[in-house]
This record gives sequence, C-alpha cells and structure tokens, in this order.
Amino acid sequence: MIDSSINSLSVSDGRVLDIIACGAIASSVREIAKRRGWSVEIHALSALLHDRPEKIANEVEGIASRLISEGKWVAVAYADCGTYGEIDRVCSDLGIGRLSGLHCYDVFAGKTMIEKIFDSEPGTYLLTDFLVRSFNKTVVKELGLDRFPELVWDYFGQYKRVLWLKQGSDPSLDAKAEEVAELLGLPLEVFETTDSGLEYELEKLYCNNYADGGTVKDTEMSLTAGSTW
Amino acid sequence: MTQDELLKELYDATLVGNQPRVIELTNEGLNTGVTPETLLFDALIPSLEEVGARFERGDFFVPEMLIAGKAMSKALEILRPLLAETGVETIGKFLIGTVKGDVHDIGKNLVDIMLEGAGFEVIDLGVQVPPEKFVEAIREHEPDVVGFSAFLTTTMPMFKVNINALEKAGLREKVIVMVGGAPVTQEYADSIGADGYAADASGAVKRAKELIHQRALARR
Repeated sequence: MIDSSINSLSVSDGRVLDIIACGAIASSVREIAKRRGWSVEIHALSALLHDRPEKIANEVEGIASRLISEGKWVAVAYADCGTYGEIDRVCSDLGIGRLSGLHCYDVFAGKTMIEKIFDSEPGTYLLTDFLVRSFNKTVVKELGLDRFPELVWDYFGQYKRVLWLKQGSDPSLDAKAEEVAELLGLPLEVFETTDSGLEYELEKLYCNNYADGGTVKDTEMSLTAGSTW
Repeated sequence: MTQDELLKELYDATLVGNQPRVIELTNEGLNTGVTPETLLFDALIPSLEEVGARFERGDFFVPEMLIAGKAMSKALEILRPLLAETGVETIGKFLIGTVKGDVHDIGKNLVDIMLEGAGFEVIDLGVQVPPEKFVEAIREHEPDVVGFSAFLTTTMPMFKVNINALEKAGLREKVIVMVGGAPVTQEYADSIGADGYAADASGAVKRAKELIHQRALARR
C-alpha cells in the first residue's frame, strides 16, 4: 500500500537530493525522477560491483561521506544487494536511507512475490530488463563464460528455470531474454512488472529526506505503485 | 621428456586448466613409470595450492579456479583407483552439501576441488540436502567433517536445523561441523554451535586440517 501522505511532493527551495544508485537501476531512477519532477543528482556506481558485493558498501560510504560533508542531501538506491547488512551499517552510520529489500528483484516484483517465486521453485534464476540487456557483459564475460563456455553447467546446472521480471515494453528484449534462456539451457518464464515499485521506494527516500529538514509542499496524489502485486 | 619436465608441465597445465593436456600428461607419466603419488603430490596438489594462493591474492577469480579444478579432477579420475591400490591414506573424509531450500553450489564446488586437491576424500551430497539426508550419510560414511553450505540469508538457518538433527541422532560429537557461504560469518558460525567456518575455499581446507588435528590431539 502507498502512504498517501508522501505522494507527489515537490521541493520549494531548490534543494537537490543526491542519489547514489546501482548502475543496474540508475537509468530507471533517472526516468522516474524526471517523470515526477524531482530535483535529483544521480551518482551511478558500476553494476559490475554486484560481482564483488563486498565492495559495494565501501564504495557507497566513500561517495556518501563526501556528499554529506559538502552539505548535500543523500539517499542510496541500493537494496541489500548481497552486502549482508553492510550497506545498512553505512546507511545507519551516515543517517541516510536505502531501497528496502534484499535485491532489486524485491523492489520490482515485491518481497512477497519473490518469496512465492522461490518457494515454488528454489532453482529460479531471475533476470531484470537490465540483466537481459547487458547479459553478455555483466554475466557471460564476468563469469568467464566467453573464455570457458564449458563452465555454464557449473554455474547454472542447478537452476530449473529463468524468470524474467519484465519491467518495460522494449520488444528487442524479448528475443534477448530467449537467447539468455537458451544459453543457460533453461525454460524462460516472464513475470510482468513495472517500475512502480522502484518509484514507490524512491518516493519514500525523497520525501523522508525533505520531511527531515527540507521545505516540502504537498500536491495532489498521482502514484499508483503497488497495484501490480 | 624427463620426469621433472613432465611434472613441471603437468603443474603448469593444471594451473591454467588445460584439461586435455592434464589427462595426456597424467597418462604419459604413468606409462613412463612415474608413480601416482608423485604425480599427485609433486605436481597436481602444488599446482592447485598455487591456484588457491592466486585466488586469495585476487590474481585468479572463480572461472580460473573452476577450470583448474576440473582439470585436476580429470587427473584424479585416472589416479584415484591406482592410489587406492597403493593404500595412500587420505588426510580425512569430508561430507559436504548445500542446505535444504538452496540450490547454490559454486562455492561448495570450489571447496570440493580444494579439499580433493589437498588430499581429502570428499563426499558431495549436492544441493537442497535435507537434514535427514545428512544424518543418513554421516551414519553411512562416518566422515571426519561435515560441511554445510548456504548462499542465502533465508537458508542459512538450516545450519542450526541440521546441527539439531545431528544432536537428535546422537551424531554431533562424532563429527566436526563446518559451515560456509557468502552470508556466513565467524560470529554466526559460533552462534549456532558450529566447530568451524572459513570465508573461502582455501580457508576451508586449512580450517578442516586444523580441526582434524585438534580432534586427534584431544583423543590422545
């Protein structure tokens, strides 16, 4: 459910929210902010950090500390993302917020739905639009499958299906998702989502920052996030 | 090719995971009178130790480790029956599996590779292993160590469920329990009553050796 009290806010004093965002969702963050008319500055970190998740919290901490020392308003567009609580430690230390959930899958499809997906089939390999689009770079190359294609079974042999959490309507991704599933030797299933879950999470971050000290004006409700799950 | 040259080449071929060459050199070595123990202890194990060291230093990553491990496994397939005939003792017996509800096995497989490379006998139960299967396998194989692997914070609590199952079956004191996986920490391992934890595959081998040694001393 959406908290109507935080819907559709605008900042009257021209302050900007600096969002440190995972590269996998940075463009969606930018689109949502533009659509909502939010004043944000996005600092995108490489999505490849997900292959070294132990480095994410330090990277975020470095940038966030610098921005805060410059008097900026800061939020983090990461979920836990395999940091196993480290990103929460950083956010708590610095007094900033992050997206809720364990991964962006929770943000896009909702925590309950993700739990249902894994309850029904633990061997589910999830894709997002970003992963479909960048699979060769973020997965194939990073896992060394370009050099050692025979390792595909070692990495994916225990999975039973590929489930694409489809956010957009880019038709070119349909064929790419099929290619990914074929490469992994798994059946492809598609679960339609939108970016409204991300929008909702960003809105909470945006509004919490300004509710703490910024000047905020309530306007009319417009968000319909959450209705897809 | 001299024996030293062959061992050096086998070491190098294993290091880079050149599987066909590793098989070829292993067979060539055996055919020219090199003992299985020499091939194992003077080429294959040192090579895999170097793989582990490079991984720890950040010079090698998961693909390099997997590919080297697969090459070594092929050599071991050839050598294992011969080593059994010669009565070479293993360092210990290690039973391992990914816990129920979790299908992730890359880390576990890396541990398998490093353990085998270090001279352990490894029994891998695979993924999504329920507590009763661990209990049954411990009864059957009588391992020195059982290792539980989990990749998810949601499946990590199965460690404690497994330990409880071992206690209920009267097996807890008979086997060393090690745990590992991306979300696992030493603190968590301590909190659930595991005997050992390691952050990576090389560390798991070192810790398993230490724990077996400690237990042997305690039993003297």
